[in-house]
Amino acid sequence: MDNTFDVWKKVPVREQDPKVRATNFEEVCLGYNDEEAALEASRCLNCKVPFCQQGCPVSINIPGFISKIKEGDIPGAAAVIAESSALPAVCGRVCPQETQCEGKCIRGKRGEAVSIGKLERYVADWTREHGVVAGKAGEPNGKKVAVIGSGPAGLTCAGDLAKLGYDVTIFEAFHQPGGVLVYGIPEFRLPKDKVVKSEIENVKKLGVKIDTNVIVGRSITIDELMEQGYEAVFVGSGAGLPKFMNIPGEVSNGVFSANEFLTRNNLMKAFMPEADTPIHCGKKVVVVGGGNVAMDAARTALRLGAEVHIVYRRGEEELPARKEEVHHAKEEGVIFDLLQNPVEILADENDWVKGVVIRKMELGEPDASGRRRPVEIEGSDYVLDCDTVIMSLGTSPNPLITSTTKGLETNSHGCIIAKEENGETTKIGVFAGGDAVTGAATVILAMGAGKAAAKGIHEYLQNK
Amino acid sequence: MYKITKVERLSEKNWLMEVEAPFVTRSCLPGQFLIVKSGELGERIPLTICDYDREKGTVTIVFQTVGAATTKMAELKVGDSFTDVVGPLGQPSEFVHEDLEELKKKRYLFVCGGVGIAPVYPQVKWLAQHGVKADVIMAARSKDLIFYEEQMRSVAGNVYITTDDGSYGMKGVGTDMVKKLVADGNKYDVCVAIGPIIMMKFTALTTKQLGIPTIVSMNPIMIDGTGMCGACRLVVDGKVKFACVDGPEFDGHKVDFDLAMKRSQQYKAEELKAMEALNH
Repeated sequence: MDNTFDVWKKVPVREQDPKVRATNFEEVCLGYNDEEAALEASRCLNCKVPFCQQGCPVSINIPGFISKIKEGDIPGAAAVIAESSALPAVCGRVCPQETQCEGKCIRGKRGEAVSIGKLERYVADWTREHGVVAGKAGEPNGKKVAVIGSGPAGLTCAGDLAKLGYDVTIFEAFHQPGGVLVYGIPEFRLPKDKVVKSEIENVKKLGVKIDTNVIVGRSITIDELMEQGYEAVFVGSGAGLPKFMNIPGEVSNGVFSANEFLTRNNLMKAFMPEADTPIHCGKKVVVVGGGNVAMDAARTALRLGAEVHIVYRRGEEELPARKEEVHHAKEEGVIFDLLQNPVEILADENDWVKGVVIRKMELGEPDASGRRRPVEIEGSDYVLDCDTVIMSLGTSPNPLITSTTKGLETNSHGCIIAKEENGETTKIGVFAGGDAVTGAATVILAMGAGKAAAKGIHEYLQNK
Repeated sequence: MYKITKVERLSEKNWLMEVEAPFVTRSCLPGQFLIVKSGELGERIPLTICDYDREKGTVTIVFQTVGAATTKMAELKVGDSFTDVVGPLGQPSEFVHEDLEELKKKRYLFVCGGVGIAPVYPQVKWLAQHGVKADVIMAARSKDLIFYEEQMRSVAGNVYITTDDGSYGMKGVGTDMVKKLVADGNKYDVCVAIGPIIMMKFTALTTKQLGIPTIVSMNPIMIDGTGMCGACRLVVDGKVKFACVDGPEFDGHKVDFDLAMKRSQQYKAEELKAMEALNH
């Protein structure tokens, strides 16, 4: 480690060398060791009014757990985090801390914020490696609750309810639990066997049952679950159907949704030669979009051996992805073609992608989202040759559950209507949260919604 | 685990299996499909449901060994298990929602080609159970590829068989029989064609000329089967549809079959590599 400790700067975190990691699927960030974590923890001012905690969607007592690290009491730190979060090893890795806890850190006013995310990850990894279990199941109260979806929202809701003594069963449509944590976020950002599986095991240790391969809305409906004795249901079914641009050539071979590309690679393990599921990744890949999913797809394609271009219609400042992901992608060699937008996909005689017609853009006045609106520059079209296009434009809600559940209403976008404070929907006994309610958002916001809904379900069942 | 209770080799490449999958059988209807996966690193393979027994909790599937994953699947024996079976997926056939009295007035003609016999059977059976006797054309390259004939005869009105090589039934293809039946004075209100894309394409072309509304069942490449991956995109009536959530059944006169055929070849190179690896 660097001997010149600067209290205004974060203790740097060790990472795999960009050139090396661009060719493997091992985790990029190596995390803090004991010494580095202690040093970084010493930077926390233990503010009386902790703004960082206000910035956290699940309100972790951040100064509290960092104080425990300062004392060298890591199990104590884990216990503080466990009061609020069931998935700390995940959050420490994928939360957009710069806009949440770290964005509010007083240290950030003059220097760099305390590296809260990396400290959280350190505590979670330490407890896992030392076999410490942080949470405890509550005294059974004999009440059954069904949770639909085993992503961040569902796992959090289930974990919290189990701690309150509920008999919780999660129904998962895929063959493996974890939702976006297993199908979406790649191994190099969130190791599956090491981190995700063990966090899920921790939820199971609280007594939560997980039934995979059950599609609620098809295999069984919410009403049928309630008839079977589930007194409340939480819907955390996730984002839904991938969006496309509706430009000519988009159904050509070699055009994939980021969901398809990432699911093949992450859930189906297509990057491993022993896996049966194929993945097609050509020599030159164009990823359309600028969010975290686009970065994940781009960095995955890079690791599969392609030259990768990210094409995004706004500028660098407007990229919705976490800064760290953009930085990592650049370090690894992903090429950013900013202020550019595809208008047509060109295919060869076999209907395979051979290029994308791209129009250059410039930034105009701010739009409804507050970001400057991209405006087309006339006559600027050019062709970017490529053999694969990955569309990463977000998702639209899946109608599977809403169309088969009477009384469960949706808004004009098709998202389930649910109260933010307790997850209550328009159907009695049914609660919802996460991407199914908000549209595509982040892991931590889904966890926050799962948490709020667990509280809502508890209140509802106590007063029932 | 999903135990296999029956295995039958129907022909060189066609296999029938009966599998325990209570979550599928409790609610599945004709027209829907399921996904099976064998082994931790196995592929998710979508298959149309051929039959189901709600009491026993079993489903019957029929598949053809076309690639590495299906070849490995054919090695499974009675008593073995699939790692995963999930379903039912997709929309049921439209007729299950139709008014029964209206339905009883309609004459249905099913045309099934090759393994397409499997998904047609539960539809014809459902109709029979609801008092509608449908006519069925079973078409295949040769006699050994015809299966489930007895079962089909027990639920259908008339069963007609055609083979390309004339080894059984009428020599010719399914569309030849469609034309013949209509020429003989039969009137059909709906045609349902299920089989290889090329067969559905030509059946739809024929029925369009004959003015018979036609439904086809598409079986494109997919992963999750719930709308999440978008791999199963098709163009129907100029619009992009997801076979898994919008289908798998569509208006055969509006499906872009040529595109569907090209899309079905998308992973051909990777599949060939996998087959080579399996044979070595």
